[in-house]
Amino acid sequence: MSRAIEFLFRRKGGKGWHWTDIVTWVWLIVGLFVMFGPAVWLTASSFKSPAALAEFPPTILPYVTQKVTVEGYDKPLDLYEVTLEDGSKATLAEIRRIGTVSQMVDPEKPAEIVKVNIAKRTPVRQMSFATENYTEPFTHFDFVRYLWNSVFVTVTATLITLVVNSMAAFALSKYEFRGRTFAMLLILATLMVPLSVIMVPLYSIVSALGLFNNLWGVILPTVATPTGVFILRQYMLTIPDELLDAARMDKASEWQIYWRIILPLTAPALAVLAIFSVVWRWNDFLWPLIVLSRKELYTLQVGLSIYSGELNVQWHFILAMTVVTMIPVVLVFLFLQRFITTGIAGTGLK
Amino acid sequence: MAEISRQTSQRRIGQSLGETAMVPVSLAMGLIDAPLRWVQKTFGLGGMAAFFLLPNMLIFGIFVLLPFFINFAYSMTGGTALFLSDRTFVGVDQYARLFDCANYLNPNTCAEDTFWTAVSNTGWFVILQVTLMIGFSLVTALILNRELMARSFWRAVFFFPVLLSPVVVGLIWKWILQRQGLLNFGLFGFGFEPHVWLNDRNWAFAATVGVSIWAHMGFYTLIILAGLQAIPKDLYEAAEMDGTRAMRVFTRITLPLLMPNLLVVIVLVLIRAVQIFDEVYVLTGGGPGTSTLFVTQYIYETGFAAQLRNPGLAAAASILMGLVLVVLTLVQLGLSRSRDKKGARK
Repeated sequence: MSRAIEFLFRRKGGKGWHWTDIVTWVWLIVGLFVMFGPAVWLTASSFKSPAALAEFPPTILPYVTQKVTVEGYDKPLDLYEVTLEDGSKATLAEIRRIGTVSQMVDPEKPAEIVKVNIAKRTPVRQMSFATENYTEPFTHFDFVRYLWNSVFVTVTATLITLVVNSMAAFALSKYEFRGRTFAMLLILATLMVPLSVIMVPLYSIVSALGLFNNLWGVILPTVATPTGVFILRQYMLTIPDELLDAARMDKASEWQIYWRIILPLTAPALAVLAIFSVVWRWNDFLWPLIVLSRKELYTLQVGLSIYSGELNVQWHFILAMTVVTMIPVVLVFLFLQRFITTGIAGTGLK
Repeated sequence: MAEISRQTSQRRIGQSLGETAMVPVSLAMGLIDAPLRWVQKTFGLGGMAAFFLLPNMLIFGIFVLLPFFINFAYSMTGGTALFLSDRTFVGVDQYARLFDCANYLNPNTCAEDTFWTAVSNTGWFVILQVTLMIGFSLVTALILNRELMARSFWRAVFFFPVLLSPVVVGLIWKWILQRQGLLNFGLFGFGFEPHVWLNDRNWAFAATVGVSIWAHMGFYTLIILAGLQAIPKDLYEAAEMDGTRAMRVFTRITLPLLMPNLLVVIVLVLIRAVQIFDEVYVLTGGGPGTSTLFVTQYIYETGFAAQLRNPGLAAAASILMGLVLVVLTLVQLGLSRSRDKKGARK
């Protein structure tokens, strides 16, 4: 045993434990719980019935009190494990509770009512996943619509972002023309103009174009990202010009050069931008909130925030739909996390 | 062998599937090619450059530059009309209204008391959040920069919340901080009474700071980590030879060499903190009262959500915020330039 512990805690080069090692591992373990815990807790809660959600102290897994139908009673009754006065145990169903006294009945002998002090009874619990939290919003609310709107906005905006930004990046990296520096500066300067600064006039422009309450009004203002142009241009600069010249010798048009040579060679940078764009557009909130005021046009984020802001929050549905909203991002995290982290470390952009 | 051949055949199927999917796209691109050859012949390479740049510039022009410039015009007009042509010119009245204060340190003495409440809230938020954010990110980056088992796993742990949407972040924490929530449950174990955290002014404010740090620190940790990894290893080896203490290594080697990188991160965090909105809006909605109302929410509510909208006032407030952001960005550009120069000199 002590050998095993020694093995687990031994360090490279036979050095002992330094205080910084202890700080490191405490920080990492606490970090693990603090960073993942909330999302895990939310997911666990999303499988609980409204009654289980209202319980305090809460349980981690979704438990409900077992119910039983007793002859002579309309509604199913809660089952309890009861210690009777003679010390024996029995499983009884509760009819009603008056003060500290509970009137109970044996499901086998429905005629006989037993009075029990509530301190002497504990509910019979069983695990039950409330999957209706997930299925009901899709039938009762417009969540299918919201989901579809979000997917449509994300996919369309990402495709347009890739095409438009790669074209601009191609022009800015492979052509010499007057005003090139100016165009580059202009694009970078827009980094300084965040949505919160221009939302009032932008709203009037989008309305003037007839795009208010229209998913295109959400998509179009976001597709020309300075970050995208920047990432792609830096990458295209590394493609040798000789390649383009060779293609021109073979009578390739400029469009063919862009489409057949530049785009395939820029694939890694395009992939990074695509991942970024999907996460950005899926998560967008303030702008869709402003542009979309008709319920059937809400994206998931807007729909969720509106429902969660209501007076009587139906948490069991909200939690389940939050989990659904989280899924694509968690998938991106699981499979593409490496791309993103190296992308951020390399460019310092998000 | 069988395994390999199966893999290659699978890959071939995947490839041919991909090619089939690309057929309509290739057709479309071929169709565009003919008119574009004509453009190329008529206007030359310069014309093609303009063509490639056009869609991007058009979108930038319509949705970024145009609003940016007419924002100034907006801030000089009054009334509730949406389109600029229907609005009446009022000069600097909107700015005068924003700055109409008997005592700038007390928001209640101002004509637009909610604006100044938002400004002071944002000020406190920025001070607290930026300090704590840098502290936490720096410590995490230092720890991730050590020789660790499964380092990329740990890096991913701290990065996870960065990808979550602000709405999801807000809801996750609203759920934890509510009366029957996880936090009360944890404290209950230590004998504390359940508390409705988000109904308490100070706790709600602390929650906005904490939640925004939780959501974004992974991002800044990565940037600081990149800076740490750029510090030459031989310096640390030399320090180890001399038996230098860990604390001294940090203050004499790590911190000075990290400083340029750290300054840029500080300004980045500042710029983001000034604009805080999404997760707070979902978490507290600005409440209780106005205790977590920040400037972006003030602009949003004045311009869009209030009973009596006032786009002019919202525009004026957004221009003031824009000014702060421009100053911060210029500081950042200056800092990164001086960092590049230092790098070049070495």
